[in-house]
Amino acid sequence: MSSRVSALRSVRIERRLDIPRWLAWVVPVASLVLALIIAGVVLAATGHNPVSAYRQMFQAAVTAKGGLTATFVYSTPMLFTGLAAAIAFRMRTWNIGGEGQLYMGAVAASGAGLALASWPRPLLVLAMMVAGVAGGALWAVIPGILRAYFRTNEILVSLMLNYVAGYFMYYLIYDSTSYWRDLSTPSARVFPTGKNLAAAANWPVFTAGSFVLPFGFVVGAVLAIGLWFLVRSTRYGFEMRVIGDARAAAEYAGIRTKRKIVSVMAVSGLAAGLGGASQIGDFGHVLDPRGLQQAGYGYTGIVVGALALYNPLAVIISSLFIGALSNSGNALQGPSFPAGLVGTMQGIILFCVLGGEILTRYRVTRRLPGATTHLAARPPASEVPRDGVSATEVAR
Amino acid sequence: MNRNIVIALIVTAIGNGTPLVLAGLGELLAERSGVLNLGVEGMMLMGAVSGFTVSQKLGGPAALVLLAALLGAAAAGAVMALIHAFLSITVRVNQIVSGLALTIFAGTAGLSSYVGQVWKVGGIHGLHQYKAVDLFGLKNLPIVGPIVFHEDPLVYFSVILVAVAMWYLFRTRTGLYLRSVGESPAAADAMGINVTRYRYAHTVLGGALAGLGGAYFTLALAPFWTDGLTAGDGWIAIALVIFAFWRPDLLLLGAYLFGAFVALGPTLQARGIHALPSEFFSAVPYVMTVVVLVAASTGWAKRRLGTPAALGVPYSREGG
Repeated sequence: MSSRVSALRSVRIERRLDIPRWLAWVVPVASLVLALIIAGVVLAATGHNPVSAYRQMFQAAVTAKGGLTATFVYSTPMLFTGLAAAIAFRMRTWNIGGEGQLYMGAVAASGAGLALASWPRPLLVLAMMVAGVAGGALWAVIPGILRAYFRTNEILVSLMLNYVAGYFMYYLIYDSTSYWRDLSTPSARVFPTGKNLAAAANWPVFTAGSFVLPFGFVVGAVLAIGLWFLVRSTRYGFEMRVIGDARAAAEYAGIRTKRKIVSVMAVSGLAAGLGGASQIGDFGHVLDPRGLQQAGYGYTGIVVGALALYNPLAVIISSLFIGALSNSGNALQGPSFPAGLVGTMQGIILFCVLGGEILTRYRVTRRLPGATTHLAARPPASEVPRDGVSATEVAR
Repeated sequence: MNRNIVIALIVTAIGNGTPLVLAGLGELLAERSGVLNLGVEGMMLMGAVSGFTVSQKLGGPAALVLLAALLGAAAAGAVMALIHAFLSITVRVNQIVSGLALTIFAGTAGLSSYVGQVWKVGGIHGLHQYKAVDLFGLKNLPIVGPIVFHEDPLVYFSVILVAVAMWYLFRTRTGLYLRSVGESPAAADAMGINVTRYRYAHTVLGGALAGLGGAYFTLALAPFWTDGLTAGDGWIAIALVIFAFWRPDLLLLGAYLFGAFVALGPTLQARGIHALPSEFFSAVPYVMTVVVLVAASTGWAKRRLGTPAALGVPYSREGG
């Protein structure tokens, strides 16, 4: 008995000074596994067989005919919104307006696609991308400016703007005679829909056998690599990381944090807006407010970004995981497959990733009994604000 | 005629505002202890679906069934809040992401939808509902009758709760301790106040109130359940706490004000006034929230009246 006590006493929990590389992989992977187990318990408790549910999901997302293609279709918007979340959250700027920024990107891109239909295809595709970028970035700059210059809580502002953008889309299609709405036939006047884009506005696809890769996913992957490089290897990214890890230090070092907040919000919104453009160019070819709103890609992007531990490069992989999850959930939708399972699992994954974060901050070590032990005296400066938001950030 | 519009507007405003009062009060108490919980929307939805499920599945006298439904809703909200409390107080993860995770977990496409499907309560008309009562038999008084004396019991309950919260926060020792935990957990700890216990208790209490706020939708406003029923009210409740400078009395005022904005569009349209598209009126509460937030973050409000200084900051004696 006493030996057990002393063995316990020799276990120490202490702060990590740096995060080992392997942990950055273990935490997300273990989170996914743990989430599958917890969701399995929930499934079993509500009378579903978890093993067969997971087998069905895997088949639907990967091995079924067209399954992998569909997974990429779901992953594409999540790649963009995941990047939007990752880049903003890395600097502790809480842009949860990816949803609205995606809508505005879609509105702008479909507008450009309709207006410039006579342009040659490559130029038209490019114009749609530029329009999507502009729409998303401008919508994100609003909470950015309010945050930087009025110290208004960007979480709530960006979120409120999601609803405003949603109603704006509805207005364009359902309650006005706007440029976006199809008014050419009597039935379209009674049952409002958007105008279909010309075939030249359809973004290209890459095919390999039966597998179809959307152009948007490639664009997203390129953007991910670009953002990864930006965060990792440029002065811009360095300043971002300093602001994120130690806001006060950044101010003392003369980094212009206000401008940075606005520009990072713009970059974040740009990614989400490009996702909206991809929804129009790759998949929808028409502005469909209801479909975009039901998909909720903006909110899912937060899960994608967090699962990637806010690393843009890792967002490519995490978007595929979450995309596969959504794909299987939608493919299996029906009375025998529980609705809400996908969101529940996404939530559990997020909880697990968060809980796993503690492993990246602390480590458990064993010391010989009697040996002098002491905790790391003070955490390094860069660790201090990681734990929370400052009160002023929330309040003002 | 015009007076009727105004009265109808105020009555609807109180109905729309009551879930905001309940959920906002819960968030206010949690934030006073220093815990920011962005999971209000998810907790409200869990409360809404749980309360509705209990009211549908339980037999017995209506009053008891409704009471049990309220308890079920509060319990569901409290359990959701407990997850956030554990992660943010014990594990000390980032409270923003943890709260977001809670909203995704329990929200529109999450557990609340799952529960609704498992118990098959979606799209059916409820068996029981809190209806307006004729308080003291005064509902026929002009103007104040329909507004003050003809509300459902939950409205009166929420108003009493606000008064109790005012007394608790500013007139009791426990309330003083609570505020000190939110202001300076280290000082409170040194005084012998159990910071962790205070934070857990008020976060969980906040969740229970958010659950009740959600249940107001399914047990009083309109007895039916559909995924994502609360439509962002959880977020407006969080904004209202800031708007109210963390004071329950101002929260009540703000909630009714927002309720009025929500009611404006439908009330005008029901009377054949189509001055502006309905989407405009639907978007007004959200735009108003932004305007209010900007206003609250500038000018004289800059002194941060009432903001708990340790809001969102996890506490540990280690000092990290």
